[in-house]
Formats: sequence, structure tokens, C-alpha cells
Amino acid sequence: MEVREEMKGSIEIKDDKVFTWPTLVAKEFLAAIFVTVGLLFYSYAVDAPLRELSNPGQAENPAKAPWYFLGLQEALVYFDPWYAGVILPTFIVIGLILIPYLDNNPKGNGYYTFKERKFAMTVFLSGYVFWYILIYIGTALRGPFWAFFWPWEKWTHDFPTPPPLHDLPLPLGIALLLGFYFFGLVIPAIVKKDFFMRLGFIRYVLTMGLLLSMIGTVIKMFFRLALNVKYIIATPWINI
Amino acid sequence: MRLIPDLIKKITDNEIWKSVFRHGYTDTPRNRVLQIISNVWLHLHPAKVREHGTKVRFTWCMGGITFFIFLFETITGILLMFYYTPDVNRAYADIVDLMYVVPFGRLLRNTHRWGAHAMVITVSIHMLRVFLTGSYKPPRQFNWVLGVVLLVFTFLLSFTGYLLPWDQLGYWAITVGTNMARATPLLGHEGPFAYILGMRADNDVRFALLGGTMIDAPALLRAYVWHCIGIPVVASALMMVHFWRVRKDGGISGPL
Repeated sequence: MEVREEMKGSIEIKDDKVFTWPTLVAKEFLAAIFVTVGLLFYSYAVDAPLRELSNPGQAENPAKAPWYFLGLQEALVYFDPWYAGVILPTFIVIGLILIPYLDNNPKGNGYYTFKERKFAMTVFLSGYVFWYILIYIGTALRGPFWAFFWPWEKWTHDFPTPPPLHDLPLPLGIALLLGFYFFGLVIPAIVKKDFFMRLGFIRYVLTMGLLLSMIGTVIKMFFRLALNVKYIIATPWINI
Repeated sequence: MRLIPDLIKKITDNEIWKSVFRHGYTDTPRNRVLQIISNVWLHLHPAKVREHGTKVRFTWCMGGITFFIFLFETITGILLMFYYTPDVNRAYADIVDLMYVVPFGRLLRNTHRWGAHAMVITVSIHMLRVFLTGSYKPPRQFNWVLGVVLLVFTFLLSFTGYLLPWDQLGYWAITVGTNMARATPLLGHEGPFAYILGMRADNDVRFALLGGTMIDAPALLRAYVWHCIGIPVVASALMMVHFWRVRKDGGISGPL
């Protein structure tokens, strides 16, 4: 709106509002056009995939879920389905939902900043990037029988037999898991006391519990890749 | 020479025109406001917004584009429904017909398919933007929760659509996906501790999803109904709340 010249100095509250019409609506309209044109061009150039009629007697090899679930399918290499396919995604969704209630850092509300919220940024971005790395591996680097192939390798059924896997002894596995969560909860609370105090007990336990599960998932993958460990804990009832 | 102005006056200066369009189009602040608030579709917006909220470098436009793709998918989806029957004996042939017989059928199916993938990508980038700007912080915590639920519904929308062509790709992708359900602790017959609740292949959570012990006609029908009616209805309801909350929680987030 027009402001008379002599009044400009006396206005204190910054009014940075602009008319939605046409400032914002025009951009939205343009975006809609670009998306439509982009989709039409892409769809003209590339056909949606369609394979032969479904046949329950002849499994696809590799049989892959839609790409956005391939991170979870890739996690199946390292975990039993109850974790990779059910508990892990449940943790992710619950963790995402809890973010606003766990992150009580008042800074960085409504603008881009890394410096003012290093912890939240680092955790979220690591998880976000890792999710897409797993999707990339599952989509591009997994061939028949879910065997690993580099991008420059040809998918064949003639790949070397993977090394034999072994389980950790049960007492060691339980000790490792309990120790991981116990020290993972206690040590940061002592070393980073202000962090613990700022969050309070419940927030701290939930935040660190979820973070440790996230880190633990990666550590288990490392155990499998580097040390050929199949299960940290192997029992007749449940395997981790 | 006054032909055009006269013509415009003839068209607009009468009862019929004025019953439809309530205000003129002269570029005045009043008309700019009326343009938004007297239009049922546009009044989702406030009449004025903070300037940074109109910048693509702040919003990345990803939430809006996600919503637009949802509308795009609704329209192409309705058109596809004219040509598709969720019957195991017809579904695949219907898709082949769409690709080779129906006028513009190939373009229709392609845009619907690629739009679905695009929506999964844009909604995930939207979440990234909202996180990076800390927009989930008070007073917008609950809208983030709604957003996460909508993210899950976007996955489910895309996932249920995957089976409908009834080809090998969809069949085995849904096989892999729903096989996870039978490993659900307590509720899936191969999951840990399932014996406590007496779970079998024909009564566990996977059975409830598929309407059978394997993917067959009931599963196709379920995927179809969830895909075309169930999930869109629920997601639309949640979207209304999501957008309404943006306004109620103080408009687009920004530095105070």
C-alpha cells in the first residue's frame, strides 16, 4: 500500500505483506503449468512400465517393491522382516511425528539456519540421506537373488557365493545390545549435561532412544558387511 | 473506434455478468483483496501474505506442487476408471487397450503413473523444506504431524495403484510388500510371538490386507477400492485440515 512520504519514518512495525493476488497466485499458476507441461513431455517420451501378465507361478528375479520402499527392502539383507518391514518403518513414522515435540530448541523457527540447530539438522539430514542411499542401492545395485552389483557390472546369475555368516554368542549379543542402549543413554547425559537438562528426562530418553535405534540399525549393517554377523541376538523366538 | 470498450461494457454491465462476477477488474487494492476472498477456490489463501512466503527460494513451491499433482492424479485417475475394470481376467487387457487402442490412453496412463512418482518425490522434498526452515516448531507442531500422516498416505496411494495393471511388475512388488505384513510381531503368522494370538496364514494381518492367503481377485479389488476411493477420501479430508491449519497457525512460517 502507498505510504505517504512524511509517515515513513514513524512506522515501526515492519509490514512486509504483499497482495496474494497476483504475487503468489501468479507463481502458483506458473508452477502448475510447468508441472503439467513437464509431465506431458516426460510421458510422451517415456512409457510407463508394463510387463507381461502376472503369473503367480513365476516369480520375478529380482522381485522389487516400488522404489520408495526399496530402502526397507534393502534393509531386509541385514534384518529379519519383522524389523526391516514392520518395526523400522513404524519407528521412522513415529520418530517423524515426534520431532516437533522432542525438539524444544526455540531457535531456527521459520528460516534456514544450520548453526542454530546443529543437532536436529545433523540427525534429520543423516537419516534423510541414508534413506535415499538405501533406495539407490536397492534400486540400482541389486540384481538377481538380490545380489550386489556395481553400476558398471552386468547383472548375472553367476555371482560368487557370499561368505558364510555366523551369529554372535547369545550372552555377548545381549550384553552388546543392552550396553549399547545403556551407555548410549547415560554417557551423553553426563558429558552433555546442558543438553540433558534442556530436554528434560522424558524428551531425552525418547530422543536418544530413537537416535540410538537409528545408529544401531547402521551398526548392525556394518557388523554384517565387515564381520559377517547374521544376528546379534539369535533365539528361537526372535532374531535381531 | 470505441467498439471494444463498448462491447466490454455490453458484456459486463448487465445483471447476468454481475451475478457471477462480484467485482470489477480494475487494478486497485480493493479488487486485489476481493479477487481472493470472493473466490471460493482462491480464498484458501489469505488476502495478503508475508513477502518471503511468496519466494520460491523459501518455499520451493513443493507443498503446492504436491497438492497440484494430487488434483492432476484425481482427474487422470477418473478418466482411467472409464477404461479399467478391477477384474483379474480383464485388468491387464484393459491396460494394454489403454496403451494401444484408447485415444490418448497411453498419454493418460503415462502421466498418471509418472505423476504418482513425482508426487512421492515432491512430498518428500516438501518435508525436507519444512524441516530445514524449522516450520514444525510452535505453534505448528500438529500440522507437521498431519503432514507425516499425509506422507504415509501418499506412499499408500502409490503402492495400491502399483497392483492395478496386474502385470508381473505390480504383482511381485505387492507380493514383496505385503509379505512384510506376515512378519508383523504378534499379528503376522510368521512374525515373532504370533503363536500367542494363534495367527495362521488365513487369519493374520496379511490376510486382512489381501482378502486371501495370496494375491488374487479379492486383493485386486481391495487395492482398487483403497486406491480410487478409500485413501483419496481420507487424504482429502486430512489435506483440508492441513491447509486450514497453515492459516490458523499464523500463515506461512517465517522469521519473527
